Amino acid sequence: MTKWRATVRVWLKPSVFDPQGHAVLQALTSLGHEGVEQVRIGKSIELTVAADNRDEAEAKVRRACEELLCNPVMETYAVLVEEEAQ
Amino acid sequence: MRWAVIVFPGSNCDEDAALAIDRVLGDAVDLVWHDQRDLSAYDAIILPGGFSYGDYLRSGAIARFAPAVAGVREAVQRGALVLGICNGFQVLTEAGLLPGALLVNDHLQFCCELAELQVENTKTPFTLDYAAGERIRIPIAHRDGRYHADAATLTRLRREQRIAFRYVQNPNGSAQDIAGVLGANGRVLGLMPHPERAVAEWMRSADGARMFTSMHRFVEQQGASLAASAEGVGRLG
Repeated sequence: MTKWRATVRVWLKPSVFDPQGHAVLQALTSLGHEGVEQVRIGKSIELTVAADNRDEAEAKVRRACEELLCNPVMETYAVLVEEEAQ
Repeated sequence: MRWAVIVFPGSNCDEDAALAIDRVLGDAVDLVWHDQRDLSAYDAIILPGGFSYGDYLRSGAIARFAPAVAGVREAVQRGALVLGICNGFQVLTEAGLLPGALLVNDHLQFCCELAELQVENTKTPFTLDYAAGERIRIPIAHRDGRYHADAATLTRLRREQRIAFRYVQNPNGSAQDIAGVLGANGRVLGLMPHPERAVAEWMRSADGARMFTSMHRFVEQQGASLAASAEGVGRLG
C-alpha cells in the first residue's frame, strides 16, 4: 500500500454568514489593503491515508468528510490527494 | 416518571439539570454515562449543556457517535421525550434528530445573560404549562448559538409550528430569532437557553421550572390514558 497525503478544506457554504471572515475583511480594509473584496475563513485538515491507489485514497477521505469532517447543513468541502514524498 | 441526564466527557450542566428535576419535581433522575446505549427505562432524556468531547471539530460533532445518542434515537422512535439544552441542542442537530445547525454567534463573542423568550407554541410536551404568547426569562451562555437552516427548512418549521421559542432580542444572529425548535414528532426539543438555571427566584428567574413540569404532566397524562385504554381492553376481554 502507498501512503497518500490528503488535504481537506472545509468552509461555510456561500449562503452562510462568516463573521470571522467579515471581521478580518474589516481589519484588512482599515489597514489599507485595497482591492480585497471578500474573506472567507475555513479549516484545513491533513490526513495521511494508506491505500493501493489514488482513487481508493480519495474515496476513503470523502467518506470521512461525509460522515464527520463536514456538516453539509452549513459547510462544503474540497479534497486534494497527493502521493506522500518518500 | 424516570429521567436520564446523559453525561458526555466535557458535559458541565448535567448535575444542574438533575438537581433542577429533583428540586422542581422530585422525580427519579439518573446521570447516565455516554457509553450506555440502553435508555429504555426512561420517559424523558436530557442532553445537557457543556463542551462534549471538547467541542472539537464542531460543537456536538463527535458526541453524536456516542452509544447513548443511538439510545436517544431509539427513545425518539418509541415517543420518549428528549430535551437538548445548549450543547445538547448542538448534539441533536449534528445527529440529525433536529433540523439545522448552530454556528458561531454573529458578533463572535460568548453571550452570557438572562434572555427574554417568547413562547411560540404552548401545545407541546415541553410548553404545556406556559400561557399562549407568554414571555419568559431563561439564561443563555454560549458562543455557538446562531441557529441556521435553509429557507425551505425554516418555512417548514414555521408551517408545522415547530418553533417553540424565539428570542425577544436576538442575541446571536439566529435565523428568525429562533431559540428552540421541535423535532418532526413533537417529542424532541432543542434550545440554546438553559431552563435548569432558572428554577428558583434566587436564580433571578423561575421560568425554566415550567418546562420540566410540562414534561412531567405530559408523561403522567400519557401514562394515565394508556392505563385507561389497557383497562378498557381488559374489560372487553
